[in-house]
Amino acid sequence: MPVNIKAKLISKEQLKPDIFKYSVKADEITSVAKPGQFIEIRVNNDIEPFLRRPISIYNMKKEEGILEFIFQVKGKGTKILSERREGEEIDIVGPLGYGPFKISNYQNIAVIGGGIGVFPLYELSKNAKKENKNVNIYLGFRNKDLVVLEEEFKGVSDKLVITTDDGSYAEKGFAIDFMKKDIEEKKVDCIFACGPLPMLKAVREYAIENNIPCQISLEEKMACGLGVCLGCAVKTTKSSKENPEYWHVCKAGPVFQAKDVEI
Amino acid sequence: MNTKINFAGIEMKNPVTVASGTFGYGREFSDFFDLSKLGGIITKGTSLKPRSGNKPPRVCETASGMLNSIGLQNPGVEYFAQNDLPFLRKFDTAVIVNACGSSIDEYVELCKVLNTLDIDGVELNLSCPNVKAGCMAFGNTYEGVKEVTSQVRKVLDKPLIVKLTPNVTNIAEIAKAVEDAGADGVSLINTLLGMKIDIHKRKPVLANNTGGLSGPAIKPVAVRMVYQVAQAVNIPIIGMGGIVNGEDAIEFMLAGAKAVSIGAGNFIKPTTSIETISQIEDYMKKYNIQDINEIIGKVEMN
Repeated sequence: MPVNIKAKLISKEQLKPDIFKYSVKADEITSVAKPGQFIEIRVNNDIEPFLRRPISIYNMKKEEGILEFIFQVKGKGTKILSERREGEEIDIVGPLGYGPFKISNYQNIAVIGGGIGVFPLYELSKNAKKENKNVNIYLGFRNKDLVVLEEEFKGVSDKLVITTDDGSYAEKGFAIDFMKKDIEEKKVDCIFACGPLPMLKAVREYAIENNIPCQISLEEKMACGLGVCLGCAVKTTKSSKENPEYWHVCKAGPVFQAKDVEI
Repeated sequence: MNTKINFAGIEMKNPVTVASGTFGYGREFSDFFDLSKLGGIITKGTSLKPRSGNKPPRVCETASGMLNSIGLQNPGVEYFAQNDLPFLRKFDTAVIVNACGSSIDEYVELCKVLNTLDIDGVELNLSCPNVKAGCMAFGNTYEGVKEVTSQVRKVLDKPLIVKLTPNVTNIAEIAKAVEDAGADGVSLINTLLGMKIDIHKRKPVLANNTGGLSGPAIKPVAVRMVYQVAQAVNIPIIGMGGIVNGEDAIEFMLAGAKAVSIGAGNFIKPTTSIETISQIEDYMKKYNIQDINEIIGKVEMN
């Protein structure tokens, strides 16, 4: 059940020139939130910018009630958010999304992410490791300058592969190709993915072709985050041309079974 | 201090309702507050048969507001009656169903069903800008509005409110058509037709190209229209368009609205509606107003 709280910004860290990690005190959210869920942040107390910003949960320290999220400055709203200071209170609604990552049924898992889509995969991987699962992580970035959280993901995986499109750091190429190679050698029980659309499409297609369960975390333009405005629609695979069927990222998702949705 | 109003026969404990399409069927907001605090709930636009809605992207932010082109996605009246209405009826608040259709026959058939349900009233949606057939096609001419309202009136015994589009030349004339056709009230404004272009892709942001503009950006237009309609008709008005607090609500009431609706304001803060109620009470205390009905239409024009 989501709540609307004012969460104190405990610490703020600039991971990259335009990427920030915020840790907030949010017991009411961390006590119930699951990996894959997200929060909606009102960046100021004004009517401009108007809407809340949906941001995924990166990490939770449940005993301390600390919630961490990471965001990239992309426009006016995230710019204002990036200027908030430690000690200030941040207006958060969450946890949101009735469809979190579901990990309990799988022992050997592949986790694949790209760019700023890697953030929600940390809490997932951390929980999977805690449950003694075998976790292989594949993270793709465009180039060296954009690689983030390598050490953190190393700490929650059995194997971590970092790729850059241009080869400027670690492995050259796309993360999916390294994942495929590993899966050919040793099957996995489920793939978990979050990242740019072309990557998600490729992962989804590969998983369906090879009959591997696959959960993907999706984004769509969103207003309420609560499931009432019905803005963040995703077409389901049950759709026909005459009869499209839509689910919603904030309600059925943000994590979907890859076979259930068209992307 | 009295905040009770009687809107076209519907008793409300205060003048604050929530606008269609911004509150679903109430369930999601019941996590945040007791729905019984509201004067009324106007449901998501509901049609005779389920509707799947438009392609995404369906929403985008604009200056002090947002555009939407949902396309009236809803589960249909039968599903509503079985699953959502019993839930809404657990709360002590007026339930008004926003009814939408694609033809006069469909509006009539839908209202026949609604007439049998345990609801307090119907808000006829003649003003959705986001669907091809029906709605705004009926909503923007005197004859169209009069015809569909009259036909519905014949089958509906419950209070009938007609929601007006602002996308017309003379909204007072349209409101007059509603009154002439026998409706009990009007609600306005629905969203203003708008468009946003992604200059990098050189394409509209919304998949449907255009959408309805809502939020504080449209408030001055809405207040003006409520005032104009209040001068033209004797039936009561639910005023809406960009209300996010009590001061906004009072502005609408002074312009002539008997009740108000919180729309997009529900998205920025789940408790906007109930905070609006207490802010209205603060205003009443400040100006020593005993009865909220005293201020309706009491703007003094220059």
